[in-house]
Amino acid sequence: MQRFAELLDRLVLTPARNGKLRLLADYFRTAEDPDRGLALAAITGDLSIASVKPAMLRAMVAERMDPVLFGYSYDYVGDLAETVSLVWPEPGPEYRPNREPTLGEVVAALQSASRSDGPTVLARLLDSADIAARYAIIKLVTGGLRVGVSARLAKQALADFGAVEVTEIEELWHGLTAPYTELFAWLEGRADKPERTAKAMFSPVMLSTPVGDNDLEKLDPADYAAEWKWDGIRVQAVSEGGVRRLYSRTGDDVSGAFPDLVDAMDFEGALDGELLVGNPAEATGTFSDLQQRLNRKTVSPKIRAQFPAFMRCYDILAQGEENLRPLPFVERRARLEAFVAALDPTRFDLSPLAPFDGWEALEAMRRNPPHPVIEGVMLKRLDSAYVSGRPKGPWFKWKRDPHTVDAVLMYAQRGHGKRSSFYSDYTFGVWTGPEGAEELVPVGKAYFGFTDEELKQIDKYVRDNTIERFGPVRSVRADRRQGLVLEVAFEGLNRSTRHKSGVAMRFPRISRLRWDKPPEEADRIETLKALLDA
Amino acid sequence: MRPRDLLRPRPEGLYCPPGDFHIDPVRPVERALITHGHSDHARSGHGSVLATQQTLEIMALRYGEDFAGTTQAAALGETLDVNGVSITFHPAGHVLGSAQICVEHGGIRIVASGDYKRQADATCAPFEPIACDVFITEATFGLPVFRHPPDTHEIGQLLKSTQQFPERAHLVGAYALGKAQRVIRLIRDAGYERPIFIHGALAKLCDYYESQGIGLGDLRPATVEGGSKGDFAGAIVVGPPSAFADRWARRFPDPMSCFASGWMRIRQRAKQGGVELPLIISDHGDWDELTRTIEETGAGEVWATHGREEALVRWCELQGIAAQPLHLVGYEDEGD
Repeated sequence: MQRFAELLDRLVLTPARNGKLRLLADYFRTAEDPDRGLALAAITGDLSIASVKPAMLRAMVAERMDPVLFGYSYDYVGDLAETVSLVWPEPGPEYRPNREPTLGEVVAALQSASRSDGPTVLARLLDSADIAARYAIIKLVTGGLRVGVSARLAKQALADFGAVEVTEIEELWHGLTAPYTELFAWLEGRADKPERTAKAMFSPVMLSTPVGDNDLEKLDPADYAAEWKWDGIRVQAVSEGGVRRLYSRTGDDVSGAFPDLVDAMDFEGALDGELLVGNPAEATGTFSDLQQRLNRKTVSPKIRAQFPAFMRCYDILAQGEENLRPLPFVERRARLEAFVAALDPTRFDLSPLAPFDGWEALEAMRRNPPHPVIEGVMLKRLDSAYVSGRPKGPWFKWKRDPHTVDAVLMYAQRGHGKRSSFYSDYTFGVWTGPEGAEELVPVGKAYFGFTDEELKQIDKYVRDNTIERFGPVRSVRADRRQGLVLEVAFEGLNRSTRHKSGVAMRFPRISRLRWDKPPEEADRIETLKALLDA
Repeated sequence: MRPRDLLRPRPEGLYCPPGDFHIDPVRPVERALITHGHSDHARSGHGSVLATQQTLEIMALRYGEDFAGTTQAAALGETLDVNGVSITFHPAGHVLGSAQICVEHGGIRIVASGDYKRQADATCAPFEPIACDVFITEATFGLPVFRHPPDTHEIGQLLKSTQQFPERAHLVGAYALGKAQRVIRLIRDAGYERPIFIHGALAKLCDYYESQGIGLGDLRPATVEGGSKGDFAGAIVVGPPSAFADRWARRFPDPMSCFASGWMRIRQRAKQGGVELPLIISDHGDWDELTRTIEETGAGEVWATHGREEALVRWCELQGIAAQPLHLVGYEDEGD
């Protein structure tokens, strides 16, 4: 239990991706089966334990300590799991087991506990653990570890640990269950790769590379087909022998959030495409609309009716038993067209090809796409097989230029690791309010896009123009006459009820420092809102 | 005589009317008794100062030889007479030279503990519980959530991290007097023999600790003269916490921010401060140490000061011990 508890503590405070990967891989190396597999499942959200409600936890503590002292403690710490882990009274030595339980023993005890004896079992486990382990146990039973590790990152750590490609892990993932002993045995070179035995499994997707300078000069337009690049989320719909699954591009099963689409998957095969909302024949919803359907475990009928999900298909990987991935693009495309024609047209349509003559014509199409939910064009080599990963050459993406806005720097936060002595995370705002009473409203936060030299300049500016400090955050002078204008590039804008400005930027980054521009000439919120309505 | 007639809070600090002296006054006074050398307890400019020899020497290091009109060294365990009041200094286990001050007069004995801890510390004499009528306890970590793990465990985490991330410099934030030397000593006791790099603000005090027989091993200034950033890869660098948010820290490769403090027990506190590796090492007693110490003194009355007094007062009430918060101003939280 100790190692798992330590891992959680370290992960929570380690901001860098590489740092997290190393902590995870080291853990997989040193922990034993089945503990490491259970830890993995806990992190990826694949471990099911009957949950304990916060009220139950409070009641358990109330039986054991003075409520006034608990109240002072909870007020100070602010987090129930953490408070309980710290104040839980250690039982006398006669009641302590001679060793701490392992993660495997903790999980087994919790999984076999019935509803009525749940609290007793939990209390016994807490009695036998130390502070860090108690915290980990409480996190397990209250659900949600919140250590800043996505399932994707955990799979990458497994790949690092076993020196294999992450796509191999993604491909296998849905056929495996905790504690993943056969997976670890393979990654340690002690056993063969686990077989893909489950139905409707994920196939790692084919990705494109961005069109770089001079990339196209060497290529013949006649070798490529072009398609619009739709601004939704990449999905893979697999249906096999009655099992239907919708996967994200990293192999996470997202079927639960899209029952309407899954219901319509009455085929045998595997399709690759873009998940969008709306009615394919009439109106394609924006990414902002699509977000109403994302990151939900379940979805209400009302939301389903308002934002129906559909899939705009652009490739077919399997038809019945037949694997189509080795076929050239043109042949797959023909199979796809015939296949999609037989599906429910309100749930599946084809991503149309976009004929073009020459790169210049395509460039014009990319710059001025015919639909607001298009974010550029895709180029696919006519003779390319479907291969996983991101090979350079067969598929290119060529995005429209990003949006830009001139905003004023409002707050700066210190970074981490290499940047821990730099103010490197910037919150910026645009003007709102009537003339003569303008004020800044924050519209986003960015922490990259600038050079090291520019970082030094902004850092100095922040230190010289601080008006208030809150821990690692500084509030920077920003009014009509004084302030630093940042040109911010971003890919799109979503409506947001969480932000005061009502908008949230996608992928914002600093594209230029406008030392020359007076802050009063920065953009107004209306400029951004106009983009939302476009 | 009531206890309040022997010691009472005043804006300058704790005052003894019959003895006409202050304990740890925060403003210049005629006669000061000082528990230890931390700057919020030991200030310069008093008429006369009575403290342990080591505390006097530390004050001279920090403020210059003329930090007070006159000075007098108090030997631990030896009773002195100050205007008819009996004074005895006893070790407090907080930092080198730290002492509790026992004040006895008219049949009443009050122990002002100053800051103290009970965990073993190789850099100072251990705390001794003194039986008394009134115990004045600090309450920096006076909440049941504060439970310090063994310091050796925390140092183990640090050393493990230097192996796990050998390309990163580990910057350990530690208060310049006491904490820094204790951390260095613990690292040495764990068998780490490589040079430890220190911030300039620590140099004089580390030299002083060495002169008092506390070996700190190979210490080097954390400067980059002629060298490169790579020189600090995997190295341990100790300095005051404030320095790590500063430009000073840019000389180190991908620094890992570590902070040695009792506050690191609270995750959010570590997170807010951008600390990646919290080291829960404190020179103040945790909740269990505070309550155990109160019991061991056998005091019928407890005055709690600087910190979270209300929880400690509540605990005393539950034990049937009279207790009240003593509102003294001017003392700081550890390391903040």
